This record gives sequence, C-alpha cells and structure tokens, in this order.
Amino acid sequence: MPILEGEKVTKYFGGLAAVSKVDFNVDQGEVVGLIGPNGAGKTTLFNLISGAFVPKPGVIRFKGENITGSKPHQICRLGLSRTFQEVKIFANMPVMQNVLLGSLFGTPTGMASANAAKEAAELLDFVGLSAVGKTPAGGLTLANQKRVEVARALATKAELLLLDELMAGLNPTETAEAMELVTRIRGRGVTIFMIEHVMKAIMGVCDRIMVLHHGEKIADGTPKEIATSKTVIEVYLGE
Amino acid sequence: MDITRFKSKGFFIPGLISLVLLILLATLPLSLGGYTVVLVTTILMYAILTVSWVLFSGPSGYMSLASAAFFGVGIYIGALLLPNTGQVLPLLVVVVLGGLASSIVALGVGALTLRLRGIYFAIFTFGLVVLILEVLNWWEHTVSHIRGRFVMVVDNETIFYVMLAIFVATMLTFFFLRRSKFGLALQSIGQNEEAAAHSGVNVTMVKVLTFALSAFFVGAAGVVWATRLTYIDPYIAFNFFLSFLPVLMAIFGGIGQIYGPVVGAAIFAYLQETLQTEFPEVYMLTFGIVLVVVILYLPNGIVGLIPKLWRRISGGQHANT
Ligand SMILES: Nc1ncnc2c1ncn2[C@@H]1O[C@H](COP(=O)(O)OP(=O)(O)OP(=O)(O)O)[C@@H](O)[C@H]1O
Ligand SMILES: [Mg+2]
Repeated sequence: MPILEGEKVTKYFGGLAAVSKVDFNVDQGEVVGLIGPNGAGKTTLFNLISGAFVPKPGVIRFKGENITGSKPHQICRLGLSRTFQEVKIFANMPVMQNVLLGSLFGTPTGMASANAAKEAAELLDFVGLSAVGKTPAGGLTLANQKRVEVARALATKAELLLLDELMAGLNPTETAEAMELVTRIRGRGVTIFMIEHVMKAIMGVCDRIMVLHHGEKIADGTPKEIATSKTVIEVYLGE
Repeated sequence: MDITRFKSKGFFIPGLISLVLLILLATLPLSLGGYTVVLVTTILMYAILTVSWVLFSGPSGYMSLASAAFFGVGIYIGALLLPNTGQVLPLLVVVVLGGLASSIVALGVGALTLRLRGIYFAIFTFGLVVLILEVLNWWEHTVSHIRGRFVMVVDNETIFYVMLAIFVATMLTFFFLRRSKFGLALQSIGQNEEAAAHSGVNVTMVKVLTFALSAFFVGAAGVVWATRLTYIDPYIAFNFFLSFLPVLMAIFGGIGQIYGPVVGAAIFAYLQETLQTEFPEVYMLTFGIVLVVVILYLPNGIVGLIPKLWRRISGGQHANT
C-alpha cells in the first residue's frame, strides 16, 4: 500500500518547470532513493511534499489523505517529516532542545513535557548524540548536525522520513555511519524517501530508485535496473 | 538528560530577591512619596515597554517598531473612556480594555505583516504608527472637530500602583513564557523559522499570538499614562520616539538576561528625568554616546558586565555566563 502518492506534481519558478508532471509513490516500509543531476528538481520535489511549496497543478496524498495545500506543520503532525540539504538547526539552542521541539510540537496529538523529554533523550541516544545533549547545536560537526536533524525529524513520530542529501559533505567514515543510521531508522519501521548523490550509498540501501532530470521523472526501478538503464546512464551516471 | 528550562531549579533565590524588591517598590509612596513616586512610575512605564518589546522581538528576531502604536492606542482609549468630564468606566476596566484594543490591533497587523522578514517587518510596523496617527488626525480635524482631549486627573499614588501592577504582570508573563513550551517555539522561530515549521510549530499562530500578548501590556500602560498626561492629542499619543526607545533600552540593558531590559529602562528613564530637566541639550547626546559605547564594547548590554565583574572579583571561578 503506498504511504505517499503524487499525481502530475508540478512546480514552476517563473518560466522554469523545476518539477514537471511527476507521478510517484512510496510504499509503506520501503526505502526509496531519488537521484538526478544538480538542479534536476529533487529538493523542490521534497519541498512540495513537505508543504513548503504547493504543487500547481498536481495532487499529493499521504496515507490516503490529500495533503495538497496543507501547511508544513500540519503535514509534519500527520507523520511526514524531513531533513534539509543545507542543515537547518536551532544553532544557539542545546542539541536536546532541538530534538525536544520535534516531540513537543510535531507529534499528531502533542505530548506532555515529561514524555516529550523522554522521547527526545531516547532519540539522542539512537543517533549517538547523548554525550552532547547540552551543547549548542551550532557547535557540532556537520555530520552531527545532520544527526540532530534526523533525531528532530524522528521525534515527531514520523512514519515517512524525507532525507535530503544526508551524506553530502561527509567524509568516508561518516558516510558509512550515516548509511548504517539509515538502516537502523528503517529497522524502526519508518519509511524512507532519500535524495543522495553518493551512488554507493544509494545503491546499497535503497529498494527502489527514482531518477529526475530537468524536473521530469525519467526512470523508476530497482538499483540494478537503474544502474543498467541506458537513459539513466546517458543523462546522469555517464556524466 | 537535561531540560533545565522546564525545571523549577534555581527559582528560589531570584524569586526571593524579586519579592523583596517588589515589597520595597510597593511601599515606596509611604516611605518617600512625591517626586520619587513620579520618577519610579516613569521608570516602570519604560520598563513595561521595553520588556514587552523583548518578549516578542527578543526570541523571534522580528524587530517590531510598533510600540508607539500600541502605546498610543492605550492612551487614546484612556482619553476616550476616562475624560475629565467624568469617567465612563472604572480605571482598571479601562486599563484592561486599552490592553485588549492594542492586542486586537496587533492581531490584525501581525496576521498581515508577520510573513515579512527582517527590515521589511520593522518598516511596516513603524508605518503602522504613522498610519494610525494620520487617520486619527484626520478624524479629529474633520469629523470630531476635537483638537485635544482632557483626561481625568488621577492621584500619583494610584497611577503608581496601577503601573506597578502592569509591570509585575509583564514580568511574570515574560518569565513564564521564556520557560514554557510556547517560548521554546518562539525561540526556534528566531533561530530557523523554516525548520520550526517543518518540526510541527504553527509559526504564524505563535508569532501573531505573542505579538498580541506583548501589545497588551503596552496598551494597558498607555491608559495609565493618559491619566498622567492629562491632556492629549494625536501627536502626543503617538510619539514616534517611543517606537525606538524600547529597542535602544533593550540593547542598552542587554536581552540575554531577564532583568537586562528592566535595568536598561531604569537607567535610561532616570537619566532622562534628571538630565532632561537640568541639561536638555546634552541629554540625548549623552544617551547616544553611552548607547554607542554599549553596542561596541558590551554585546550583552549593561547587565552583561555583572558576570564579568563577578568573575574578576571571585578570581575567574565562574567562567560560564
Ligand atoms: N526557491 C526557488 N526560487 C527559484 N528557483 C528555484 C528555487 N528553488 C529551486 N529553484 C530552481 O529549480 C531548479 C531545481 O532546483 P532543486 O534545488 O530542486 O534541484 P536539486 O535537484 O535539489 O539539485 P541539487 O542536487 O543541486 O541539490 C533549479 O534550477 C533551481 O535553480
Ligand atoms: Mg537539492
């Protein structure tokens, strides 16, 4: 059963179709990758799904519910949360409170403070940041700031997590750790839709991969199918 | 696991000090009377404006220049409902109504303008002051034909106590808001609004409600101030200067600590009252110079000096600020 569906999702910036008539779906429990050259429209598609932009035209459904036009906080509370390509953390707030914000505000019914704190502490532990809970988030390394974002997104009781280039800018060790984190997130029963440029990572963890090029979806299949697709190799892998 | 902001740890000593200060303040008219009461009322008025400004603009990062508008709305409500020809409603009721009127203005303006960021928001809020002033001016000239309004005379002690009550309410609100879930949301908006929205914070609601809340205290203070002014016209009520003063006083005092804005307002108001009468020319000049020095050398304001001095006295043991 698809947890997320999009029909003819389109977004123009002036005359430029950043995302053009994209049909897509993500099934419950799947890890789906989204790849494509720079400027292909991947981040824009995530912005459309998470409510930062409204598709025009197009329809997006989450758990069967039409979320087209819903506000970001509403979509988040339904169980769909995200991280950002350019990390967006609350730099002057302690790491713990970054995560706490998600559990206090992002959950479907809201949480009592005590439960929210417990949840946040558990997630800090899950992403391996328990030791730096009191540190202002801006003081962490990029890899750890990305983990703060992941913990904050999970704290909202996300059922679907959108990861926008979790591994960009990380060194090989950190990339391996991030891949391991993705696998463990999946182990929690969270469905994952992830943008990634690191081919090894995307081929290794994804069940299925979608390819965007100039705002259009040009391929959708298993990692193996994508790796051997002529079109994909031409526009993307072959570059 | 640490969630200090949500725990009541460390409330006792500051709470006790505040209580002692409050009792001292409350008995002021009995002990000193006269001029001191008038001066302290002025200080309280500036403190209310400053703390209210910090309440919203401090954590959210949206610089509001609407203080004069909210204050003026309060003053006008005071003048309309407490005319010298006989009050329409009891003073305290009018104080609440003045606060509510300002809140309603803030709700409307907030809903329209809080999507603007940075300097645009500041300019728009200042435009609000000009707009209300011009509309009122037009109204008084062509519709009501009233040049100015006389306000009921209230004795200084009553004015003082009502101002003190508004001040205490403002401080309590400020204190508990900072520690609340709502305060955390406001702070997250100031740090990264987009991330806050995508983490489940209804950013529009949080911003607009806090803006309206901060306007309440300013409007309430305006009503009391009207009785102190005893005569008002649109220009007296909507004094542009009062849009900038809270910002300056907050920067001057420091907004990192809860008492910073109060200290800033107190020093400023004291300087104003003493210097303005004795050396009117040097007063703004002195204030300007002091402000520049504070901004350049004391990024945490005057109260930022306290931990520094303390460290020096105690030999560097209390390094964390
Ligand atoms: N807010 C915006 N306003 C105007 N144009 C935009 C905006 N956001 C993205 N674009 C444009 O839309 C196109 C798609 O951008 P998008 O960020 O979605 O690409 P991407 O696939 O995420 O690329 P990358 O791999 O570099 O992150 C680009 O041409 C970009 O310049
Ligand atoms: Mg991108």
